[in-house]
Amino acid sequence: MITQEPEFLPPALNLRGRLGRVVLLNCRNAGRALLILWEALLSLRFIFSKRSRGTVLHQLYVTGIKSLGVISVVAMFTGMILALQTGLELRKFGQEVNIGAAVMISMLREMGPFMTALILAASVGSAMAAELGTMTVSEEIAALEVMSIPPVRFLVMPRLAAMMVMTPILTFYACMLGVVGGAVVGLTQLGVSMPAYIDNATRWAANKDLYTGLFKAFVFGIMVTTISCYQGFATSEGAVGVGRATRRSVIISYLAILVVGYIITRLFYE
Amino acid sequence: MIRLERVTKYFGEHKVLDAVSFAVERGETFVIVGFSGAGKSVTLKHIIRLLTPDLGKVYVGDALISAARGADLARLRDRFGVLFQGAALLQWLNVFDNVALPLREKTTLSDAEIEKRVAEKLSQVNLEGVYDAMPAELSGGMRKRVGLARALVMNPEIILYDEPTSGLDPVTSRAIDQLIDRMKVELNVTSVVVTHDLFSALAIGTRIAMIYDGRILEISRPGDFIRSQNEIVKQFLEAQYITQRGVWERANHATQ
Repeated sequence: MITQEPEFLPPALNLRGRLGRVVLLNCRNAGRALLILWEALLSLRFIFSKRSRGTVLHQLYVTGIKSLGVISVVAMFTGMILALQTGLELRKFGQEVNIGAAVMISMLREMGPFMTALILAASVGSAMAAELGTMTVSEEIAALEVMSIPPVRFLVMPRLAAMMVMTPILTFYACMLGVVGGAVVGLTQLGVSMPAYIDNATRWAANKDLYTGLFKAFVFGIMVTTISCYQGFATSEGAVGVGRATRRSVIISYLAILVVGYIITRLFYE
Repeated sequence: MIRLERVTKYFGEHKVLDAVSFAVERGETFVIVGFSGAGKSVTLKHIIRLLTPDLGKVYVGDALISAARGADLARLRDRFGVLFQGAALLQWLNVFDNVALPLREKTTLSDAEIEKRVAEKLSQVNLEGVYDAMPAELSGGMRKRVGLARALVMNPEIILYDEPTSGLDPVTSRAIDQLIDRMKVELNVTSVVVTHDLFSALAIGTRIAMIYDGRILEISRPGDFIRSQNEIVKQFLEAQYITQRGVWERANHATQ
């Protein structure tokens, strides 16, 4: 059952008790979130069913198209800043032509997936937590449960599918736009011609950089959805609770993106 | 039809239900009344297994719903329709889609059959021509009626009503009472109604149970309920200007 019984814990007796409780509750919450993820992954078999198709398409639109504007601006300026900062330093050694590789590799390996996931966590993830949180406190989730309509299949699965598809696509788009931003700065401020920039960028970047970045994005998409939907379902105490769930979903998503991003980098580039 | 046996529930240290026992017969409208926070909604949530008792058992027919899980629980819940206090309509779906939701998600009916069934249920609750309206555009009474149509759409045997008249004006409240009564007569459903509106309880209930501080104080027929000698029941009746002779005239009461 997604609907949880209200929880009333007696105050902890001392600091050790408080710490122990924090650890245990966080482990339990992580377990519950993973169970939601497991159920959502199993529900993916209904993705093309008539009843889910419309919702999945709507979520693809919300996740992909609606985030396009902000991702475009951030990606472009990230590429420009990267090119300017590294280009000015490289110029001291007469190596400014290498900004192509620097921007391309940074965007593909790290900045693209990282930045896209942070934007999606702040926009789409927080919206998921707020939406599901409001549904929880207004008993809409309970209504779905008593109608025997599984809330995870009905609400989480379309969001998960959309994020699994859209995060890598948006990441690739962000990387390419960042590279374009870098090229503009190279051309206008560092005197690096477009062909030289592109030649340098494509010569040094490897396929591994691309698929590592896209894999990261895929994992980040799953994490943001799981964390945000869990926080939404765990909401209690009305409007205050919805605010708390939204804030927590963003903070936990950010932390998870940083930690898991580091772990994936270690796995692929050790 | 529904049987609660010594159901006890704690929220932390606080005992919210204390050995609550009653049985609801097939076809009756069983009304649970009581002060705010007495445990009415908690009792209702135990019947549909949104809450699990710490002690005691809840039966639906012969099945123990308080211990049911997975597919068994889903099968038992399919026997119920529930009207939630705020109607719990999905805000992004219009009236038609809200009512059609259980049919689309749980049956293989064609679009034409779904349309026919939804139209029939909306007409039963006196709502026609608002198919495209969104929940936010509806009045409180209309939202409750859409919620009731959704509760009815799978033709359940039992309907649970959580505060069906709360937040509504007296005229709309009586219209909702009439609807609940009509559902019983026309569809022969078993109803459990939680309310603090005594007018409503006396009008629609075949039996009324008064719950106070998590315990059942009295279960009786409406006629006997207003003649109760229990001090707390009398206090509850008098708070709504209801005496053994009927409803007080407030003005007379004030001058006496």
